[in-house]
Amino acid sequence: MAFVPSDRHLLRAKDLADARYFEPLRVDDLARAAKLSRAHFSREFRRAFGESPHAYLLTRRLERAAALLRGTDRSVAEICFSVGLQSVGSFTTSFTRTYGVSPTAYRASFPPASRHALIPTCVWRAYARPQRRTFREDNGARRSDDDGHSLDQGGFDVQDRHRANLGA
Amino acid sequence: MYRIATAQIWVHDQDEALEFYTQKLGMEVHSDVTVPEMGNFRWLTVGPPGQEDVSIVLMAIPSPPVMDAETAEQVKTLMAKGFAGTVFLTTDDVQASYEELKKRGVEFVEEPEERPYGIDSAFRDPSGNNFRLTEVRETANV
Repeated sequence: MAFVPSDRHLLRAKDLADARYFEPLRVDDLARAAKLSRAHFSREFRRAFGESPHAYLLTRRLERAAALLRGTDRSVAEICFSVGLQSVGSFTTSFTRTYGVSPTAYRASFPPASRHALIPTCVWRAYARPQRRTFREDNGARRSDDDGHSLDQGGFDVQDRHRANLGA
Repeated sequence: MYRIATAQIWVHDQDEALEFYTQKLGMEVHSDVTVPEMGNFRWLTVGPPGQEDVSIVLMAIPSPPVMDAETAEQVKTLMAKGFAGTVFLTTDDVQASYEELKKRGVEFVEEPEERPYGIDSAFRDPSGNNFRLTEVRETANV
């Protein structure tokens, strides 16, 4: 069998942490991927990559959590579970220790996710358009011209339209 | 001069798509925002790990008045027939990627096979969108 440097096995564990961090992975699973005993694995991983496998996996998860806090409007608990962590309490503690602020304060220090997401103008134009489509001037129009989606036959005033546009 | 930042594909169900693209394909969520002023429109984008500047928008098929019902049906029909577009992915090791994705439950419609340009395979997302996964041969060797 071809010689495989031991660091190749360690890289397999690191790749697993990178790829599957959102699953309930533990250091034991990483050790298994590297085909090493838990204690030996932790020592070797630290030697090769300069930090413990636990620290690597945790910071991988925290980096993803920070990205989700900036780029989504999901709740802190949802984000905690979606990066593979099981306890919101421990997540908040680790996050605060790492970033110097709580997840909520971290999120508040960035523009709202809807701005961060940079939803393009064409999408705003299509979706933010008011849904009521019957205007006073249309009252005399043939009903067959209407697509039937208007709920309010009383019309839609210019102020409403202006407000809707401001939202865009 | 310019670069591709984001491209959009239609999906039947955003939650189902999200699960597929993240849990099975291993992509990361770049944005997931629901905007009340846009009739609860959900802007959901994902991308491969390590390519933060390239996103795919997983776009729900809109209802009227954004898209009329007839057009929406046409889009659904195109997706069901596999004609709604293709995303081309490349990988350094198609056999390893194929085995990994298959293990995670991705259904391949073409197993990796030698082609003049490399080794190529194909799968679909739950909406029927076509994906090709290719290990491209070095140009010098073609």
